[in-house]
Amino acid sequence: MTDTTAAPDAAETPLISIRNLQKSFGSNQVLTDINLEVRKGEVVCVIGPSGSGKSTMLRCINVLETPSGGSIVVDGMDMTDLDLDIDAARTRIGMVFQSFNLFGHLTVRENLTVAQVKVLGRSKEEANRTAEANLAKVGLSEKIDAKPGSLSGGQQQRVAIARALSMDPDVMLFDEPTSALDPETVGDVLLVMRSLAEAGMTMVVVTHEMEFARQVADRVVFMDGGVVVEEGPAKEVIGSPKEERTQNFLARVLHPGQLG
Amino acid sequence: MSTPRTTNDGGGTDRPSPSSPPAATPKAKMSRRQKAKISRGIQYGLLVVIAVVVAFMADWSTLIDTFGRVDIAVGMFPDVVTQALKNTVVFTLLGFVLGLAIAIVLALMRLSSVGVYRWLAFIYIEFFRGLPALVVFLVMGFGLPLAFPGFQLPRLYIIMVALALVSSAYMAETIRAGIQAVPKGQVEAARSLGMSSSRAMFTIVLPQAMRIILPPLTNELILLTKDSSLAYILGSSVDGRELTALARAEIVNTANLTPFIVVALCYLIITIPLSYLSRVLERKYGSAESGVK
Ligand SMILES: Nc1ncnc2c1ncn2[C@@H]1O[C@H](COP(=O)(O)OP(=O)(O)O)[C@@H](O)[C@H]1O
Ligand SMILES: [Mg+2]
Repeated sequence: MTDTTAAPDAAETPLISIRNLQKSFGSNQVLTDINLEVRKGEVVCVIGPSGSGKSTMLRCINVLETPSGGSIVVDGMDMTDLDLDIDAARTRIGMVFQSFNLFGHLTVRENLTVAQVKVLGRSKEEANRTAEANLAKVGLSEKIDAKPGSLSGGQQQRVAIARALSMDPDVMLFDEPTSALDPETVGDVLLVMRSLAEAGMTMVVVTHEMEFARQVADRVVFMDGGVVVEEGPAKEVIGSPKEERTQNFLARVLHPGQLG
Repeated sequence: MSTPRTTNDGGGTDRPSPSSPPAATPKAKMSRRQKAKISRGIQYGLLVVIAVVVAFMADWSTLIDTFGRVDIAVGMFPDVVTQALKNTVVFTLLGFVLGLAIAIVLALMRLSSVGVYRWLAFIYIEFFRGLPALVVFLVMGFGLPLAFPGFQLPRLYIIMVALALVSSAYMAETIRAGIQAVPKGQVEAARSLGMSSSRAMFTIVLPQAMRIILPPLTNELILLTKDSSLAYILGSSVDGRELTALARAEIVNTANLTPFIVVALCYLIITIPLSYLSRVLERKYGSAESGVK
């Protein structure tokens, strides 16, 4: 708790520190050896071919998947420590899913307040204020009493972002937040994420939106086959990748059809 | 009567052979509406014939004497409602509530990560799903007191437990299916917000599973209403009778079958609104769900 206020050190010690992370599903080793650090206020985009373990890595950070080996420290909390209060730890790590996962039986307001009240123990009034403020941030104030089912995909994803923000997390994880969206609603979601980045939120974003990564990310990580193949400043990794695997991937993503 | 039927058959054989369109097309155009008319005519005709035969064959005065004696029917009131109907409702509800509680526990056991729980629940469910309700009542009422001489539960408890055992296995499977129909992402989102797995289950998963669970659960309540009639084999004091026990007693008293009709109507008073409710729930949640997806 004291680390968060210790300003001088905060810039030095990373907010997220992943060391030698391994993950297997049965005999299928999905992550072989992942090392990654994310500093406070940093935006890191994770790119890579489908099946390379990006989602698994992200889900290990808040232990939706239990790591098979290695360590993950988030804001001083050892996430692999079995004595850690994992529920309390997760309240400080917001997560946005590809398929939104809004609670279908609750209104938008209830989606944003249920965990604030039941997990953080906030009063109804306080939870409501936070919900309204965050819904305004994503530009959907008028939808507060709507049911998720009546919203478009892009609107649902913005509500999902507001729901995660309502817990006042220290870091936000995004797992391909625009991959399930119609092309015309992708922009609204990316705009919300960009303004979040500009406001100083620490973000780890798995994405295929190379333009977003180039413009918003401080750092880009390229994953393939369960390892980090290349990482560095966004402009370098996307603009002039060093590794051949990165070059091939980017050629396929940026200029589809040119390679047969 | 035989002429239209052959026309029908002709139409039927036309359908699977689209290879001869020139001949089939004009014929089908002509006969589609006619065929429907003729078919409906036959059905109504049949109905009239049956009604006439029944009306002439039946010995109406004997029938009314046996099943429709107004004086006997009137004599059953108000006890048939204040005691028998009330007891049927009470037995059913007690059995249902206890059965539902057991079913929720069983469903959670079936979905548990602990293998022993899964197996115990599985065995329980398979055992009681295959057992006739009558057997459960006999074992509870007569078998157990014989096997364990000290074992003597009040009759109400026996009925309640027997109905709960009969209904819980089926309801457990319904609830499990409902829980499993809720997308996994719902739990993941709840967990990522810091909810414990049990809180996620009770505030996020179960309420959504209810849409799927509620219609079949209402159905189970109807079945249980009828199963509660088995309480008669346990015997009872006069004020402990439910509908079926009362009917049997009254039939013996009056040497007449009118009490059956009265009691049948009483069951329908319970079950018809329930099946209406079940249909309403099915329509409401069925459409709501497809709206979300
Ligand atoms: N719950 C799971 N059980 C078994 N295998 C899984 C599971 N989740 C992911 N995998 C496997 O792990 C590999 C990496 O998946 P994932 O992390 O989703 O990749 P990405 O997000 O980069 O597309 C895939 O081969 C996938 O089949
Ligand atoms: Mg993925």
